Amino acid sequence: MTYQSQDDFGTPASRSDEMLSCVIDGRAVTVPAGTSIMRAAAEQGTSIPKLCATDSVKSFGSCRLCLVEIEGRKGTPASCTTPVEPGMVVHTQTPHLAKLRKGVMELYISDHPLDCLTCAANGDCELQDQAGAVGLRDVRYDVQSHHLGQAKDHSNPYFDFDPSKCITCSRCVRACDEVQGTLALTVEGRGWDSKISAGLASDNFLGSECVSCGACVQACPTATLVEKKIVEVGTPERSVITTCAYCGVGCTFRAEMRGEQMVRMVPHKDGKANRGHSCVKGRFAWGYAQHQERILKPMIRKSVSDPWVTVEWDEAFAYTVSELKRISEAYGKHALGGITSSRCTNEETFLVQKLVRAGFGNNNVDTCARVCHSPTGYGLKTTFGTSAGTQDFDSVEDCDVILIIGANPTDAHPVFASRMKRRLRGQDGRPGAKLIVIDPRRTDIVRSPHIEAQHHLALRPGTNVAVLTAMAHVIVTEALADEAFIKLRCDWDEYSHWAEFVSNARNSPEHLQPVTLVDAEELRAAARLYATGDNGAIYYGLGVTEHSQGSSTVMAIANLAMATGNIGRRGVGVNPLRGQNNVQGACDMGSFPHELSGYRHISDGDARRLFEADWGVPLDPEPGLRIPNMLDAAVDGVFKALYVQGEDILQSDPNTKHVSAGLAAMECVIVHDLFLNETANYAHIFLPGSTFLEKNGTFTNAERRIQPVRKVMTPLNGLEDWEVTQGLAQAMGLDWHYSHPSEIMDEIARLTPSFAGVSFNRLNETGSLQWPVTPDAPDGSPIMHVDGFVRGKGRFVVTDYVPTDEKTGPRFPLLLTTGRILSHYNVGAQTRRTENVAWHPEDLLEIHPVDAEDRGVKTGDWVKLASRAGETTLRATVTDRVAPGVVYTTFHHAVTQANVVTTDYSDWATNCPEYKVTAVQISASNGPTDWQEDYEALSERSRRIVAKVPAE
Amino acid sequence: MSTVEHIVYMANQIAANLATDKDPVRAIVNHIELFWDPRMKALIKAHGDVGLSPNAAAAIEQIAKQHGPG
Repeated sequence: MTYQSQDDFGTPASRSDEMLSCVIDGRAVTVPAGTSIMRAAAEQGTSIPKLCATDSVKSFGSCRLCLVEIEGRKGTPASCTTPVEPGMVVHTQTPHLAKLRKGVMELYISDHPLDCLTCAANGDCELQDQAGAVGLRDVRYDVQSHHLGQAKDHSNPYFDFDPSKCITCSRCVRACDEVQGTLALTVEGRGWDSKISAGLASDNFLGSECVSCGACVQACPTATLVEKKIVEVGTPERSVITTCAYCGVGCTFRAEMRGEQMVRMVPHKDGKANRGHSCVKGRFAWGYAQHQERILKPMIRKSVSDPWVTVEWDEAFAYTVSELKRISEAYGKHALGGITSSRCTNEETFLVQKLVRAGFGNNNVDTCARVCHSPTGYGLKTTFGTSAGTQDFDSVEDCDVILIIGANPTDAHPVFASRMKRRLRGQDGRPGAKLIVIDPRRTDIVRSPHIEAQHHLALRPGTNVAVLTAMAHVIVTEALADEAFIKLRCDWDEYSHWAEFVSNARNSPEHLQPVTLVDAEELRAAARLYATGDNGAIYYGLGVTEHSQGSSTVMAIANLAMATGNIGRRGVGVNPLRGQNNVQGACDMGSFPHELSGYRHISDGDARRLFEADWGVPLDPEPGLRIPNMLDAAVDGVFKALYVQGEDILQSDPNTKHVSAGLAAMECVIVHDLFLNETANYAHIFLPGSTFLEKNGTFTNAERRIQPVRKVMTPLNGLEDWEVTQGLAQAMGLDWHYSHPSEIMDEIARLTPSFAGVSFNRLNETGSLQWPVTPDAPDGSPIMHVDGFVRGKGRFVVTDYVPTDEKTGPRFPLLLTTGRILSHYNVGAQTRRTENVAWHPEDLLEIHPVDAEDRGVKTGDWVKLASRAGETTLRATVTDRVAPGVVYTTFHHAVTQANVVTTDYSDWATNCPEYKVTAVQISASNGPTDWQEDYEALSERSRRIVAKVPAE
Repeated sequence: MSTVEHIVYMANQIAANLATDKDPVRAIVNHIELFWDPRMKALIKAHGDVGLSPNAAAAIEQIAKQHGPG
């Protein structure tokens, strides 16, 4: 089958329930009210010529190519802007229309280069198609030079802008406005002089506010905006639908291929998470998959001071298992453990935890969700009965009030942020939703084009619980609670206990203002808005969970949602924005040491027996070690071997010195990854991993949506990751014989009630399924807790504010908080190996002008960032986005090692690290610290590789 | 911080956050039973009540009674 781009219906679908019928070219068609004639025609298979219309943006009516004739009406209206009316009789092809369209095309082509054969869009160009469709054979006008011969803008690393080929249809401008919501593009000049411009005329694409989401490239009907890869290799010949492996939004993409060569990733319009949109990472930053630094052969070494020796897979499996057996015999089976990855598929994650529980014989398995959303698991399970967000992403379309706390969606969840921003801007006469942002920084969403938060509560880092309890105080004491909902759906005694607690004067906004630094009146107004503004939805991220009271904050959020009746329908809910592509899935799959898949505690005899019968081995009923506890035990000399799949704990986990001490104390560290990451500096065995393009499986996004990941190329390392884990299991003597990940999913479904109805066949039929997928909900569950909470009655939990022990003082007077930037992803292992470094080549420290002046620091200066745990250096940027007393940085670059300064403090319930609060001092610096220099030398030494010398 | 110091700190932190529960000691016992691995439980039982807040100490005592000191 040859390549075809996805169907374009010309204008967006109407959401109306009312259906209308009309006749187009003699054929009847029934469509929802509000549907354009153009779309109605497309839905019945009639293609009306068009240039300025595409179904990702509203109709515009500028190109005059889609004209039609309607019986009983004068003239030739544009089909894109004319809605269908009942009984309408439309003609799309008449001699009169043909003449008009040919005339329009002639004008377009008179100012367009005629280099079709050598053009990058040859074969995939709407202008070319329409010239053919209208039968244009010659151009009578002199070729104008208004647009021809202009300089190309090559500044964006992923796409070119060739203004000579522009027909000024403004699809790119409208896509930037309506789909992405950045409003970076504009039409400059008028009439013949109209030109598309990124920002000011002096800006190029890279220097403008363009975020490189690709929406403009997608919308462009010509080669004006075109992927550099298309220019380089030509058009694709086939496409495969798959799921992005970056953040927890889980965008659906068409991987467009030539043979096994990736040409481009194009957002899929039928993707239910992204609805046809993308961001710079998913759309463009996949070059790491073929990066020269990928390790493709297994490697082993006796000591971390030795160079790596490459070996074949069989030898790697045999050596690994011999080491694990040696350690188990010498130190006992509890000296072994594993870490599953939120980057890997559900099936791979399930196998790693199965290997630990059934093969290692203990429950020492944890996952990187430990350091991000483990408090979500604890908090939502305790209050609602299950560890998941309550809504689908579509729900945001029905929000009236959006409360964002501890999340920076425009940077960390950009595609969902665009959907959220669309709702905040309002459209088609419907006013936008109101916005409350609770964040120490003025994140982009606080104020962006056509969006301004009603309330930005710039709290002191570490006081989330105090702020939320103060909001609860206002809601209860001002009688704004939805008592009818609470009586019906929640435990009334627990509510009463909670209401009494929050009503106490010590929880009032006024009393807590000195602690939170949030103006009491502003907080009261925000609480009233959330409680009374109709559908209120809370979206939160790691700024909630990565605190010593992360779990309490999640429960405080759940309390607020229950108290105001904002649960169980569209437009409301509690929505954790998951960091990595499969955090939800890794948690669902039983990656935590205390629970089996589907959140059943390991001490639950019935659940355990189910697994024991299926796996044919007894399971330990006691919880195992969490990641920080594994490191403690390693330092104590009782934890000796660790299998880490797809996580770089040395760079991503807090207090790097403690992590390295733990790793250094182990005798067998097995790293299973794409690259020699930082953890691999302390590893004895390296098992090369495969990318999401090289394997089959599923990811589960932040809305519990299980989505297929499809193999589009052969793994460069030879094996998909699940096959590597199976290889280890077989070498250990376990009877594993999976031939395809679908068989692993069948096992998951067999053993996990909330996945009972999930299978690869069902996923292929439906595209995706949101768990729970049960006999009662065979098509999944977009919204949870509709008729009742999973646990029965919703549980209010008293969340007293307990200040963190990480305190500022004379030596460390500032509070550091950390986060992500749009162009990079977590530790940067992928994005640093792409052209995304054009936007963010290094981590920067944001510091308020007052604090900067006190220290003599200017933008661009090197500064030393020191905490009680350690110190590093990086460059400063002076900005009032952060409040006085607060500094901020990202952790994407290994050379900065921001986690050298973060501490051991962690969430009281889950040990999720307190990344978001570290007391620090900033001072001028000349360059790298001793730690950075020593570490650089260690990395260089540790990454030496030698080929194995053949035995004589 | 040594491992024992760390788990004493953790126990106190759990106790502080569960102080407003209707039955704080029972809540601490439940939490530790559900989330701590056997070695951590053994270490804190062996450690005794030095440095533990009253509720945390009461909870550890109860765990020791239920399962024996080891």
